[in-house]
Amino acid sequence: MALPAYASPLERVWYYSFRTICGLIFFFLIAPIVIIIPLSFNAVPFFTFTPEMLSLDPAGYSLKWYEDFFTNLNWQGAVRNSVIIAFFATILSTALGTVAALGLSRPDMPFKTTIMALLISPMIVPLIISAAGMYFFYTSIGLASTHLGVILAHTALGTPFVVITVTATLVGFDNSLVRAGLMCGATPQRVFFKVIMPLILPGVISGALFAFVTSFDEVVVVLLVGSFEQRTIPWQMFSGIREQISPTILAVATLLVSVSICLLISVEWLRRRGERLRGITAT
Amino acid sequence: MASVTAAPEVMVTADGTPLKVSLHRALRRNKIRAFLLVLPLLAFLGFTFLWPIGVMMFRSVENSLVSTVMYRTVPLLAQWDETTGDLPDEAVFEALVQDVTEGFKNRTIGKVGTRLNYEEPGMSSIFRTSPKKFKKITEGPYKEKVIEAHKGWGDVDKWRLIKREGRPFTSSYYLAAIDRKLDNLGSITSQPAERQIYVKLFIRTLWMSALITGLCLLLGFPISFLLATLPTKTSNLLMILVLLPFWTSLLVRTTSWIAILQQHGVINDILVAIGLVSDDARLGMIHNQIGTVVAMTHILLPFMVLPLYSVMKTIPPSYMRAARSLGANPALAFWRVYMPQTVPGIGAGGILVFIIAIGYYITPALVGGTKGTLISNFIDYHMRVSLNWGLAAALGIILLGLILFLYIIYDRVVGIDNMKLG
Repeated sequence: MALPAYASPLERVWYYSFRTICGLIFFFLIAPIVIIIPLSFNAVPFFTFTPEMLSLDPAGYSLKWYEDFFTNLNWQGAVRNSVIIAFFATILSTALGTVAALGLSRPDMPFKTTIMALLISPMIVPLIISAAGMYFFYTSIGLASTHLGVILAHTALGTPFVVITVTATLVGFDNSLVRAGLMCGATPQRVFFKVIMPLILPGVISGALFAFVTSFDEVVVVLLVGSFEQRTIPWQMFSGIREQISPTILAVATLLVSVSICLLISVEWLRRRGERLRGITAT
Repeated sequence: MASVTAAPEVMVTADGTPLKVSLHRALRRNKIRAFLLVLPLLAFLGFTFLWPIGVMMFRSVENSLVSTVMYRTVPLLAQWDETTGDLPDEAVFEALVQDVTEGFKNRTIGKVGTRLNYEEPGMSSIFRTSPKKFKKITEGPYKEKVIEAHKGWGDVDKWRLIKREGRPFTSSYYLAAIDRKLDNLGSITSQPAERQIYVKLFIRTLWMSALITGLCLLLGFPISFLLATLPTKTSNLLMILVLLPFWTSLLVRTTSWIAILQQHGVINDILVAIGLVSDDARLGMIHNQIGTVVAMTHILLPFMVLPLYSVMKTIPPSYMRAARSLGANPALAFWRVYMPQTVPGIGAGGILVFIIAIGYYITPALVGGTKGTLISNFIDYHMRVSLNWGLAAALGIILLGLILFLYIIYDRVVGIDNMKLG
């Protein structure tokens, strides 16, 4: 909506002030994420800009917090745990969620709304409630403070995202393709892998990314169900902020921002590819 | 007509079964097949998620501790008439001595003391000091010796309490969660003023969630409007500014707000540098409600922008132009023509943000201090610090009820099938 040539002065003022307001809101959204990047190269153990940093003196900057992150055993253990837990939770929730979404999208699925509500519920129920319930139950069956317990919990939290994204891709799915495949003599397995899978793949992958992020970013369940042995990166950050603030947290945060940029790019790319494949052009 | 329907020619399939039956079978087979695909996930969630929530519901009313540990005393107390104001008889006191001594040996009596202390402060100390003195009591008359050991046992109210909490289920956790308790004769009264915290906390949680939702709407509406009206290329570029925070770790965003808002943080440094605030009067913007509200507004803003944007995208710009050409000024055209069409988006985003805010834990725990904490922080406190799990469960179930109520509204307004991500 470019400003038309016949706009009155009042409209002109409003047009520019509206843009300025929007600019400020975008600044509010992005500034907190950008600001930690220079702070993580701080030479002193505070969360603040030192005079040396502001005068761009190289002595004000250092890589020691990154060095600490890559050498500190606590952080290395946290990275390992995060990757292991997120990996298995993603695989499990993607497999379970995709199969369930295929069932839900069939026209003759009984009790569809009720089942959908149940499957989505881990996303709606606040984490603290899920975590408390899991803590009570997992303690009683010996799953608390085990990697398996945290993986199962994260799988449960990740499945709604997979169900939602895969169901969304299946909305425009043409079932005659399946029938055509079967008529041409393919086995149902072959039809699944050669016909259905390539078409729903963008949904499956973006669901898997959501599940991965959910697990990778989750801390409440790890705090309650897990223990120090299951510490993940967010767990380490959470206890780090509570106990002793060290800019290593900012270094980790900067690294995590780069991870999220990669995730954002892949999800956006998948979304556009999916839209293109289904014939919905973005432009 | 009857003769026509009664005609013997029923349509059959190749193998001789009537067509209707065959069709019915095929439909049922399809239904079962569809259900079998969903079953693994349903079973998995049942075990890892739904059952635990059920366990928590049970925890919030379960009360077997007192009756298990004091298994001699509780059945005898059931026969005692607590309304007369007389102490229980000799047999009950004898049972008490045996139960307390055995419970002391098994290290369970302390838990009973803690449990009863939730209802009435002072019970814990009675149960802590009694076992040692009870050791000397080997024969009757028990009643006098017990009361001599601790005069608390001569108080009828204490016995009423034990009798009440000897029942297998209790409503006391729920009552405690709404600042009520049962008095000695079992009617509901308010907690003493200094223990009334939860109703205030629920109100504070609701109020702060509403404030955060309002702020998200205030900030989210203009940028959604801008994104929806700009050419696709520009808006896709600007969309990154919304999506990047959305994909960034929660803890990263909370950490950066700490760096920005703290006493020696970015904002205070700037204010001091330009002389607006003197160095010794730095603003306290963190570990209070301001910190929670600002950080949570930032974190939840994308959840408002995304549904608003997707609704605004579908509103044809020609409507506004039509209103303008019919003589409405821009403000009126916007208010009467554009705004009403964005209501579904406002509803969806608003309820979504409110639901997320009301159960939020991490950010208030880190930047909320004591004044900016929400109900979930207290659930966590009772789970991990005070170990009053019954109260934690009851608070959790009340919060869950609140959220399910909002969720049903969300379903009515938007429909869960329309939930979109990314």
